[in-house]
Amino acid sequence: MIKLNVQKQLNGGVSGKINLQIRTEIKRGQFVALYGKSGAGKTSLLRILAGLMQPKKGSIEVNEKTWFDNEKGINLSPQQRNIGFVFQDYALFPHLTVKGNLRFALKKNQDAKIVEELLDLMELRTLQNQKPAQLSGGQQQRVALARALVQRPSILLLDEPLSALDLAMRKKLQDYLLRVHQQFDLTTILVSHDVQEISKMADVVLEMEEGKIIKQGSPEEVFAGLGRLTLHGRIIAIEHDAELIETQLFVDVLGKTILLKATKNHKWKVGDRIAMNTQMIDIVKEI
Amino acid sequence: MNLDWEPLLLTFQLASITTLLLLVISIPLAYWLAYTSLKIKPIIETLVSMPLVLPPTVLGFYLLLAFSPSNTFAAWLEEHLNLRLVFSFEGLVLGSILYSLPFMVHPIQSGFANLSNSLREAAYVLGKSKMTTLLKVLLPNIKTSLLTGIVLSFAHTIGEFGVVLMIGGNIPGKTKVASITIYDEVESLNYGLANTYSLILFTVTFAILLVVYLSNGGYLKLLGK
Repeated sequence: MIKLNVQKQLNGGVSGKINLQIRTEIKRGQFVALYGKSGAGKTSLLRILAGLMQPKKGSIEVNEKTWFDNEKGINLSPQQRNIGFVFQDYALFPHLTVKGNLRFALKKNQDAKIVEELLDLMELRTLQNQKPAQLSGGQQQRVALARALVQRPSILLLDEPLSALDLAMRKKLQDYLLRVHQQFDLTTILVSHDVQEISKMADVVLEMEEGKIIKQGSPEEVFAGLGRLTLHGRIIAIEHDAELIETQLFVDVLGKTILLKATKNHKWKVGDRIAMNTQMIDIVKEI
Repeated sequence: MNLDWEPLLLTFQLASITTLLLLVISIPLAYWLAYTSLKIKPIIETLVSMPLVLPPTVLGFYLLLAFSPSNTFAAWLEEHLNLRLVFSFEGLVLGSILYSLPFMVHPIQSGFANLSNSLREAAYVLGKSKMTTLLKVLLPNIKTSLLTGIVLSFAHTIGEFGVVLMIGGNIPGKTKVASITIYDEVESLNYGLANTYSLILFTVTFAILLVVYLSNGGYLKLLGK
């Protein structure tokens, strides 16, 4: 269980400065997605959890242990927190091989068997002697993920690790992520602004805006009502059906005609350009 | 023509010791400069860069004043540590370190600054101390900068004249380095000898710098293939 209650002034956002103010709880074993626009404070929240950034006020408690408390003067260093962190740029050590990167992560006296296991699990065996610069983006991402798991952390933080990859690679890595989430019994927090990705992976979504959580719930709950598809068209005809007491708009969208119902006192006229989202359109016929 | 090798040996000895000590001093200094957010940073940076623009004689002059035996601190050094820093080899080393400091600090500092911050942070998150991170992650990734620093400081120390003349004087076998010998020979109208010394210095520094540019440009790796 992670209990977060933190505050910090951040540079960024539309107005130049945003006030990060987060109070939330994350249950053990959950796959949580942080969703929101750039500059909403998602990455900062991850960095605060990792100990790479210090909040001004508040407290962080993980499994009944205090990681940060400004009143009690407690602030565990990143070294003491034992978390896995996958950076947006992967942060692989360029001078070490794939295997070297993983071995570097070993704790003192830790059994090196885990390195071998991870090389197999992440299908990196054939690449183990390559340097990061020789790898593709997706391969680097797998190495970064494997390296983050070497110390068997209980919390895994992922800062938009998939954003630089193409769609096919993304899908594959999402599967890897889900697999290790379960296999390593992790509490995972993923920063992402891909609705599909989040819907596929996350149990819980925290939607952030200007440093605050504005929505929290399952992906279905948070994303419900989001007009996912918007069509642009032009009104080509307006018909009033006296019998049914309703007005119909004929809208041309890329050569197809879409029929919309409008209220009686609508103010549309032929030739208007309109945008429709998927919840209001209703195709009746093609002409 | 009777070539005395002593000034040349002394020059290379001075350059080697200076470079070694500079490396030890500059790594922590450059690390601090690259990552600190303290307000005093620009002042330290300025001080480090001063030898780039200051006439070496100015530096030498102040060192001479600071370490003249009439100065209390210098007298204390001499009495307790038996260390005299004017007209001695130790003094030359100190002068050379100050004089060549920017040539070592700047490349290393920019080497650190060019590394992605996430490299350090990744090591910290993996539980590695700042020291381990410095030795095993940062330094191996700025090898080129280290090499540049080493070579530039070495070559620059070989070429120094003003500082050496001011605080070293001209004592054969102790402080009479090659650059001063050349000046001496010219003054005594021994152009032939001056030319020999000059040619040797020219060749050596050319070779050293060439190695840097070759290795920085990756040409040596290409040759190895």
